[in-house]
Amino acid sequence: MDYKFVKTTCPFCGCGCQMLLEVLDGRLIGTLPFKGAQMNQGKLCIKGWNAHGFVQSPDRLTKPLIRKNGKLQEASWEETFDTVASRISDIKTRYGANSMSFLSSARCSNEENYLLQKLCRAGVGTNNVDHCARL
Amino acid sequence: MTNSIPEVEDADCIFLIGSNTSEAHPLIAHRIFRAVGKGAKLIVVDPRKIQMTMVADIHVRINYGTDVAFLNAIMHEIIKNNWHNPEFIKERTEGFEALEETVKKYSPEMASSICGVPPDVIHEVARLYATSKTSNIMYTLGITEHSHGVDNVKSLANLAMLTGHIGKPSSGVNPMRGQNNVQGACDMGALPNVYPGYQVVTNEDIRAKFEKAWGVSLSPNIGKMIPDMMDGLIDGTVKGMYIFGENSVETDPNIHHVRHALESAELLVVQDIFLTQTAKFAHVVLPGAAWGEVEGTYSNTERKVQRIRKAVEPPGEAMPNWTILMEIGKRLGVKMHYETAEQVFNEMTSLTPSFAGITYERIDKTDIQWPCPSLDHPGTKYLHQEKFTRGLGLFHAIEYRPSEELPDDEFPVILTTGRRYAHYHSRTMTGRCAALDREFPRPMAQIHFKDAERLGLADGDSMKVTSRRGEVITPVRVGDVVPEGSIFMDFHFEDANPNWLLGTSLDPVSKTPDYKVCAVRIERQED
Repeated sequence: MDYKFVKTTCPFCGCGCQMLLEVLDGRLIGTLPFKGAQMNQGKLCIKGWNAHGFVQSPDRLTKPLIRKNGKLQEASWEETFDTVASRISDIKTRYGANSMSFLSSARCSNEENYLLQKLCRAGVGTNNVDHCARL
Repeated sequence: MTNSIPEVEDADCIFLIGSNTSEAHPLIAHRIFRAVGKGAKLIVVDPRKIQMTMVADIHVRINYGTDVAFLNAIMHEIIKNNWHNPEFIKERTEGFEALEETVKKYSPEMASSICGVPPDVIHEVARLYATSKTSNIMYTLGITEHSHGVDNVKSLANLAMLTGHIGKPSSGVNPMRGQNNVQGACDMGALPNVYPGYQVVTNEDIRAKFEKAWGVSLSPNIGKMIPDMMDGLIDGTVKGMYIFGENSVETDPNIHHVRHALESAELLVVQDIFLTQTAKFAHVVLPGAAWGEVEGTYSNTERKVQRIRKAVEPPGEAMPNWTILMEIGKRLGVKMHYETAEQVFNEMTSLTPSFAGITYERIDKTDIQWPCPSLDHPGTKYLHQEKFTRGLGLFHAIEYRPSEELPDDEFPVILTTGRRYAHYHSRTMTGRCAALDREFPRPMAQIHFKDAERLGLADGDSMKVTSRRGEVITPVRVGDVVPEGSIFMDFHFEDANPNWLLGTSLDPVSKTPDYKVCAVRIERQED
């Protein structure tokens, strides 16, 4: 039996409550409030208490998909990475860098947002990057 | 937020406007309740009788979208009664004369005819806010999601500067961010005009710094904002779109328009954890690892950078998002070689002065809020202590502008939208949390009991809501939370999503859509 708690930050609103993910043999089994946090002082809201629920949903995407003959079909990562990069390059060559645009994510981490804007600016050469803070 | 969350409970006066705090930010609402327990005066400005109004000293039941008229009248009363702070205005601000001239016109009587707030209430709110020792303005999307959202925000900044209620503990202008890392996404430069740390792309020295670090030449031109990207897909000026962790089809206004835009894309790449309605339009779908499966950081609404940690492995071949972005970046010729998320973070801090002193090691041990310019800097609990970012705080003289789409004979009812306590946005996450799904299994549009009676609607009956863009059918909750002549809908459920109804009226500066005021027609829907 491998049972542990992993301290993390709630994935829902901007409060940033601190919580413990309860893990048993590699599966998430619960969420508990972190009692020592300044922010939430040992409390969570109804969403926070249930945050672990969606992670292991059977609906999760588990393989890359590429549309072929009108349908999304499973593909290898290598083929997928090459396809995305070559199709972006192709659009850039034919229509210019500003014909690509990128929507980043207020749901994802700082590190991921940093890389997405770097990919857009350094990889494609446009500042067409935005996210839903505007909405 | 200019201030920190713990400071909320020590304020003498809290001016809460356009925020359904107990549902959308429950753990900040808790701090407000504690403040009230300690004797703070709570002013809640909202057309709806939300739960926060039950502990308020004053509930200002303002007409939808009339904030500027109301706030100008408050400033009119503050100046008239000499409750403003001449010393702060002289030393820390500029442009006061223009503001004074503009708000002169907004007597409580004149503003009352627009915003529906009785003149004596305007007077009392002005007195409480201005004369309390510390006064904290707190707001959310009820202020920003309007066709005059920027005017609303600037008016709140005017109010804080007029009274000097900013730059000290428990006194400031505090937008509460709605998403776990919307603060961080802005901080990281996921915006068309700035690099990480709000360093502007049009500044040559800053651009040169990033060009050197990234080893490429960069565009000097400001990029497109979301609504322009969508319009661009339709008019052909934008050909490809990469959507990372965003369900635009369900959360942007005017769903018909968004679908048309995505269908027009020559290339649509979607990176997500579920096959969302948006991902179904994609040419390529990239399966990312979810929260709980990756290392990294989020920045909360008080600018505190906090760790997220890996607890379990991602399912199947799903991969950490930073790895996916790195692999694509490499193939596009970008210098991207990282073994850990921490290495990405360290590259970012090396280029971002306001984050320069933040490391994974430091935030493991202590709470740090940016700006944190060096390793021995403790971080910043509240902003604008000595001076504002631009030096002097600038007053903006702002005239009231009505919302773009107001009720008329054909569409006589106001629709406003927002969140409910148990769900989050398009429910891709909360709809898959069993307890939350049980707690709140279906939408409920709030309607005033007199309107319901007129239409022959009982609680739980179905109502058809029609706007100039489309129609949806939703069950109703009858009560008096919304004022007569208006309805409230959440946007959590695909079939009853008010985003089918909303228009594309935008704030002219921020291009934020108006999610709060839309004209509709309502009728009983027979089952």
